[in-house]
Amino acid sequence: MRFNEKELVSLSRQPSERAAELGMRGPKKGDVVKKRLVKLVVNFLFYFKTDEEEPLGALLLEQCRVEREDSQVFSIAFLDEAERKYLFECDSEEQCVEWIDSIIKASYEFMRKNLIFYRTEIHRLTGKDPLEQYGILDETRFQVSNGLPLMPKDTSSM
Amino acid sequence: MKLNERSVAHYATCDSPPDKTGYLFKKGERNTAYHRRWFVLKGNMLFYFEERESREPIGVIVLEGCTVELCESAEEFAFAIKFDCAKARVYKMAAENQAAMESWVKALSRASFDYMRLVVKELERQLEEIQEAAGGGCGGAGGLQGKENGVAWTKPAISLANGFGEGASSYVPWEGNADSGNGSVSGGSVDGMRPPPVPPRRRGASLESPVSPGTGCFSKLHDWYGKEVEELRVEWLQSQ
Repeated sequence: MRFNEKELVSLSRQPSERAAELGMRGPKKGDVVKKRLVKLVVNFLFYFKTDEEEPLGALLLEQCRVEREDSQVFSIAFLDEAERKYLFECDSEEQCVEWIDSIIKASYEFMRKNLIFYRTEIHRLTGKDPLEQYGILDETRFQVSNGLPLMPKDTSSM
Repeated sequence: MKLNERSVAHYATCDSPPDKTGYLFKKGERNTAYHRRWFVLKGNMLFYFEERESREPIGVIVLEGCTVELCESAEEFAFAIKFDCAKARVYKMAAENQAAMESWVKALSRASFDYMRLVVKELERQLEEIQEAAGGGCGGAGGLQGKENGVAWTKPAISLANGFGEGASSYVPWEGNADSGNGSVSGGSVDGMRPPPVPPRRRGASLESPVSPGTGCFSKLHDWYGKEVEELRVEWLQSQ
């Protein structure tokens, strides 16, 4: 699958939510723990060989599960391959908890859910839709789901 | 650079609702022909498939940091997705009609993670204000308590069905984010605040996030994001 690598590399250089040197182990059998500079930028987790400018790789953090594996270790697994886990070893329990928290909050889908929750709550408490004043009521990405699949807005002529 | 491609492709086709789908023409990288592709926008990722029924995307454009502009083109209803980084590729696209073009330009301009984060922070702030004003009289949930994970995620009215790891979502200890610099915002006030940052396309090589502590005035930032779209619209109207 093609992707815009240059732009993704550029994104890896942006201010990050969180960055630290962690021990990282890939999901394949036989992968060993290696020291990596791990950097969280928007919904991507980049990992670098320490002191290198270009990241070795990136993980898009959508549809993933983050779990505490040990007091100082957490894992990331993607829902389509739930047994394949990326492991991250931290220096302390505190650091481990903080990373887990940051990664969970880093997905676009997670933010969307929060938005829907706030929007619904504010509407419930005030009778007003908070997005009305910004004129973004109809934006598909802000729609409250009724448990039904959201109908995508498709304005292309068929 | 490696990417968890299989999982990214899965994100494209899993049942989380897309933000927008439709056919668009995309100009090829080397040759100048436009190819009709099926596009699926989810969050800040724009996937493209050979056909609507295709099982896997041909590719994806990560939209973070991009700007969307109308472009001069022999092709009608054309627009371009541009990035600020060195030697960035320009993605030239064309829609099938005016309405589709406007709709896509609008959707793509608001696709960034930063924009969503902005809106969420603003609503979070509003909810806090409302709860504080209510003096904690509503069911004991006053101030920060309303954001406690236990209350937030057990609301039955809101469907969170998304294939999301439930184990993960129950983990979140919501800390007050009011310390991120938005605490002093009152809509429209500019006292003691930096002016909104320059929109990306007018900047140099840096892709600095426009959302930095201190520029928290949401309505200003929202207007700024919406400004480009408005400008495009005006340009188009004038060219008629």
